[in-house]
Amino acid sequence: MRRIMAIVLAGVFVPTLLFSQELLQIRGSDTMVNLVQRLAEVYMEKNPQVACAVSGGGSGVGIAALIANRVHIANASREMKEKEYAAAKENGVIPVEIAIAIDALSIAVNSSNPITKLTKEQIGAIFRGEITNWSEVGGPNLPISLYGRQPNSGTYVFFQEFVLGNKNYSPRMKQMNGNAQIVEALRTDRGGIGYVGVGYVRDEHGQVIPGLKVVDVAKEAKSPGVSPLVTENITSGRYPIARALYQYSKGTPKGAVRSFIAFELGPEGQKIVEEMGFYPVSGKYLEANKKLGF
Amino acid sequence: MKENALRFFFAANGVLAIVILLGIFSLLFTESLPALKELGVGEFLFHLCWDPTSPERASYGILAMVLSTFMVSFGALAIAVPVGVACAAFLADVAPPQVREFLKPVVEILASIPSVVVGFLGVVLVGPFIARLFHMPSGLCALNGALLLAVMALPTIVSICEDAIVSVPQEFKSASLALGATKWQTLVHVTLPSASSGIIAAVMLGMGRAIGETMTVLMATGNAAAVPRSFLDPVRTMTATIAIEMGETVQGSLHYQSLFVIGLLLFCMTFAVNVVSDLVLERFQRVRR
Repeated sequence: MRRIMAIVLAGVFVPTLLFSQELLQIRGSDTMVNLVQRLAEVYMEKNPQVACAVSGGGSGVGIAALIANRVHIANASREMKEKEYAAAKENGVIPVEIAIAIDALSIAVNSSNPITKLTKEQIGAIFRGEITNWSEVGGPNLPISLYGRQPNSGTYVFFQEFVLGNKNYSPRMKQMNGNAQIVEALRTDRGGIGYVGVGYVRDEHGQVIPGLKVVDVAKEAKSPGVSPLVTENITSGRYPIARALYQYSKGTPKGAVRSFIAFELGPEGQKIVEEMGFYPVSGKYLEANKKLGF
Repeated sequence: MKENALRFFFAANGVLAIVILLGIFSLLFTESLPALKELGVGEFLFHLCWDPTSPERASYGILAMVLSTFMVSFGALAIAVPVGVACAAFLADVAPPQVREFLKPVVEILASIPSVVVGFLGVVLVGPFIARLFHMPSGLCALNGALLLAVMALPTIVSICEDAIVSVPQEFKSASLALGATKWQTLVHVTLPSASSGIIAAVMLGMGRAIGETMTVLMATGNAAAVPRSFLDPVRTMTATIAIEMGETVQGSLHYQSLFVIGLLLFCMTFAVNVVSDLVLERFQRVRR
């Protein structure tokens, strides 16, 4: 047993001693972790002198780690709060925000549910616990069971601010550990509703996962429902529940951090963004990135 | 000289355990004190729900959480104690040697299953089963957590109970059988009562395990912050709350300190369980003498 441990440890440490690589620590959003891991893999193939360690934990976790000076880049699926900026400043860290992709949150229900369209206001009321039965929004007489994320998730915070109008979630909402768990639960729960990134509702063939149904979302009662499954709806800004996915660096990115972010924003990186089910950076975010010289 | 050195060495070890215990307690206390001062004990004890990141009004009520923890733990004990004691009695008193040689390691293997794996089983196996059984939309509920914790507490309960039953002097059993009692009567009226102190210790250890278990309940109980109305409601335990939120809080913030308040309460609860079990043990031993 000891001998095996020694061999394993040697296998881990010796290569790192042979090649003195620069190590990039990246932590944060669970929504982004697969995307950034993929980006890092391709980047490391091209730049063997840099090693990237990407881990999840939630946007709040990544930002807290950046503030505490433990990581080079924080992944966040929401903007940093004033309070967090202030805490960073106290620690002598000046976070700089870079949008690397656009994500849309899809509203998913069980495939047996006849509902096809909900307004943003209805979705907010459902998750605030004001609407508790599907019959109130034109569905069958069935209690609604809510699935959301945990408070350390950027998705949780973004959805609360953007869709619930910064009001409390219903205390009856089940708090799941990640997008995949919500999808899993919705496939078996006939009265369920949940919010997940669009990247998580399709299987590897680009089809919606069996047992799941993605609802069209309308801005107001009078406007038509918009599906997040059509790319143009999101890049044109017509789909109501979309957000930017950010990376925060300590100060203006330099060296390896800069070269990694430049790769992410370049044509190859943005192609990976699309492959992973997200959308390329567009509009005002592009402008902001140009100002930083990307 | 050597005698003294050894005596000192053992005494130092005993003191070290106490120092560590006091250290943990004082750390929890000092970290949670600012929050208790700022919010007052009432904020924690007289509100039901816990929502420190609320955009409307942050609330720090822990009642729902404490209730959830108790529900899941006692639910687990209600399942695990009868099964565990019966299993131990079978292993110690009834089973033929070959069966015992085979069964004992099997029970011990149960103890080595990581809690993440048990939690995963709860998500993909036990949860859907409960949902079908009770015609519920989802099986993520207190009952699911209780069942899984029962499985996790079983090995502890079985192995300690078994040791206790085996260590009951043979004379007791022989005397009982000689007076004309059947094997069953001997087991229920003589062997188990004589082993009761060990059995109670086993139950208490199992309870400590159940109260402190984190990963399994976090995965299997749904983590809704509301007050549970029954065993079929999703619950959020104290341990799960600390595990979910500790990583995202800024060190030294009010939220961070309030998580320490939960930790302090959890520590006091397990401490109380141990003190009570010690008192019970002492009484039993006195009665037996």
